[in-house]
Amino acid sequence: MKSLIFKTASTYLLPLLLLFSIFILLRGHYLPGGGFVGGLIAAIAFLIHSFAFGLKETQSIIKINPGYLMPIGLVFAIGAAIAPFFIGAPILKGLWFEEPFKFIGMVGSALFFDIGVYLVVIGATLTIMFSITDTV
Amino acid sequence: MLIAVILGFIFALLVPLFSKFLKNAIPFLYSALPLSLFIYFLQFLGEIKFRGHILFRFEWVPSMGIDLSFRLDGLSLLFALMITGIGFLVFAYTAYYLKGHQYLDRFYGYLSMFMASMLGVVLSDNLMSMFIFWELTSISSYFLIGFNNTDPASRKSALTALSITGFGGLVMLSGIILLQATGGSYSFTELLNSSEIIKNSTSYAWIITLFFVGAFTKSAQFPFHFWLPGAMKAPTPVSTYLHSATMVKAGIYLLARFTPLLGDTFWWNSTLITIGAVTMVYAAIHSVLRVDLKSILAYSTISALGILVFLIGIGTEKALLAAGIFILAHALYKAALFLITGIIDHETGSRDVSKLSGLKQVMMPVAVAGFIAALSSAGVPLLLGFISKEVMYEATSQFGDWAILLTVLAVLTKILLLVAGFWAGIKPFVGKLPLEFGEAKLPSPLLWIPPLLLGVLSLGFGTFPSLITESLIQPVFSSISGSDTIVQLKLWHGFNLVLMLSILTLLAGGILYWLWKPSNDLFQKTVQFEVVSPQNIIENGAKSFGSFAGLWTGFFQNGYLRNYVITILAFLTLLMAYRLFGEVDIYIDWDQISNVSHYEIIVVVLMIISIFFAISTNSRTTAIVALGVVGFANCLFFLIYSAPDLAMTQFSIDTLTVLLFMLVLVKLPKNKQYSSKGIKVRDALLSMMFGSLIAILTLEVFEEPSSSEVSKYFADNAYLLAKGRNVVNVILVDYRGFDTMIETVVLVIAAAGVFSLMKLDLNPSKKDL
Repeated sequence: MKSLIFKTASTYLLPLLLLFSIFILLRGHYLPGGGFVGGLIAAIAFLIHSFAFGLKETQSIIKINPGYLMPIGLVFAIGAAIAPFFIGAPILKGLWFEEPFKFIGMVGSALFFDIGVYLVVIGATLTIMFSITDTV
Repeated sequence: MLIAVILGFIFALLVPLFSKFLKNAIPFLYSALPLSLFIYFLQFLGEIKFRGHILFRFEWVPSMGIDLSFRLDGLSLLFALMITGIGFLVFAYTAYYLKGHQYLDRFYGYLSMFMASMLGVVLSDNLMSMFIFWELTSISSYFLIGFNNTDPASRKSALTALSITGFGGLVMLSGIILLQATGGSYSFTELLNSSEIIKNSTSYAWIITLFFVGAFTKSAQFPFHFWLPGAMKAPTPVSTYLHSATMVKAGIYLLARFTPLLGDTFWWNSTLITIGAVTMVYAAIHSVLRVDLKSILAYSTISALGILVFLIGIGTEKALLAAGIFILAHALYKAALFLITGIIDHETGSRDVSKLSGLKQVMMPVAVAGFIAALSSAGVPLLLGFISKEVMYEATSQFGDWAILLTVLAVLTKILLLVAGFWAGIKPFVGKLPLEFGEAKLPSPLLWIPPLLLGVLSLGFGTFPSLITESLIQPVFSSISGSDTIVQLKLWHGFNLVLMLSILTLLAGGILYWLWKPSNDLFQKTVQFEVVSPQNIIENGAKSFGSFAGLWTGFFQNGYLRNYVITILAFLTLLMAYRLFGEVDIYIDWDQISNVSHYEIIVVVLMIISIFFAISTNSRTTAIVALGVVGFANCLFFLIYSAPDLAMTQFSIDTLTVLLFMLVLVKLPKNKQYSSKGIKVRDALLSMMFGSLIAILTLEVFEEPSSSEVSKYFADNAYLLAKGRNVVNVILVDYRGFDTMIETVVLVIAAAGVFSLMKLDLNPSKKDL
């Protein structure tokens, strides 16, 4: 699309939306948000960018094939799920650090699980969208 | 015992390793396995004689009553000895028969896998583990029949065999489950105590029917017999081992094993007698109409299996004894005949019995083995086949009112089998050696010793029946019949009816052999009756089922998205309308519905306007954006009713949907031809009906008392147990974490699906363009 306004806007929208998506991801446990929505927002951010600048440009920003995010995300999610198993607790039991971290707050296995979901959603959405864009 | 059974599987798994480092040693290494197992099982002969049966228990899935218990008694010991003994001969024979074959290592892997599964079938006391081994024999037989996997006919036969036996196995599984439900256990030994309860229960008829289907498919009984001649596409060692000596006898084993538990009722006996008699006569007639040696042997094997079913069906002590002896006698002579056929095929390249003759001059030891096997199959005195035939005639001639009919059928079958046996074991060796086979020579002893050894056993056991009477036949008889009668086998019974019948069989068979020459013309004449053969009927049934499925799929899955949507909506509308108006009183309590606020009015107006735009516009872009607005307006409702998480997700999803549509639709060419008026009216009617039904349904839901226990628990414990204040998120990552995990996997699969559809050019029709 050759709208100057859209191009300029999307240049700024991309980092803002990505930051926003991480914000949404991290606050999920206490306030509305979470990995799924966060992932969707991040995917939308890249998608808008690709509308403005074309697929090639966006792919060069992401550097890696977005498809790779899916297995990485699955490793996070499944890892967080079976981690309790190694200390003798049932699978998917929530494990938490005692003290809250700066900025992030309480950190536990649920957060890693959510990060996994976040990465899988970005990877899957972008894979679907990019392969359609590329082919049509 | 457990190790003895699973050793074959371990060997099969080790094939890749061995073939890398010890490729040349594989035949020796793998032949040592059945030999050592054979010796291992021989040790039990003495113990079984005194103790009846031995149980070995190994726990597997105790919570479901499934364990790896093994029961060694006369019957299972006989089978174990046959499996390992003939197994050893076949393993050794293969070493030369398939020498230098590219996949010889694989072949040994499949063979040992088969041997282990077969041992599992005959030794398992637990019916569930027996079923698992049973299916494993079908699977390994699939690999072995399809061993020449470049030949389409061989692949087809493998698939036919797998489908028939696999189908039978599944039917048998339901029989096992029903038996467990009735008798209260999966253990055969425990079930034996509740035999009377099972026989008197209402499900008895079902149980035996289901077991019969399992046994008849495996043991190639009419009308499931046709997979066995097809299975002869396999290399000869496989035909010898699986399709004559062991696997096809698994069905016989099943029937014999369950005789003390389920047998001796009217339905059991009459069904087995009928099916067995039909099979033995039908297959015996077929066997003398063939010219291919392996076909002759395949049909005579089916006929022999029919005899066994028939004998088990007669069910008297004599008949069960005859069955026990015949299992052994048949295994010995039929395996020998198959091995001999393999040798002839290997040396002359022909299996056409009308052409083969005079091979005695070049391969004397093979001819001797052939003569013994053929004579044993004919039931000539001093061979084991004679004893089994004597006892069999004794059994049929003592069977009450039907004695004459059954005896006539048995004699007729035996006469025809005699001819078939002579064709396979004598005909190729006598007479003049034709020029074309002049180059044939005596092969390696590895090939001819096994059949000769089997012949020696037939002769030895037949001349001195006391060798096996007490040690083997007595325990076998006791475990089939469940009685303690002392078995006595004699060569000379005096000059009586049975001996007359024997002489009659030999004479008539000899004359028939003299008069009736194998010819291809005769076989060709039978081909025209193929139309009514069970094979043809079943195959046509499968074909028409396939084309019906094709029509059905073509009708519903026609590739037009609009038709899919219409089908789904129309079906749902009909279903819901039927339920709502037919069986539920619609009652809507208007008082329960809260007051409408002005936000809601604004949002609804917004929605209506955009819907109007969406259906009236001619531009695709406008329609998509208008639909997007409807979606966003929906999100506003979620927000008004304080579901921010839902609203957020819905917002993103709607954005993505609009973007996706834009991606695709802007690229489409302009399409001016819009739906006709009639179609528009139809679609409008359908959507309005569907919409109003959903509305009624939603209003109805308020009438149902809603249970809020779960949501209350979630809300109360979200922070206490999961340290989160956002209940929705806690549900996603904690309470229902497992769901979420699987859903992410589903998402990945969906992405992979889209990627492969779009990116990989898998459509062959497009490649030509």
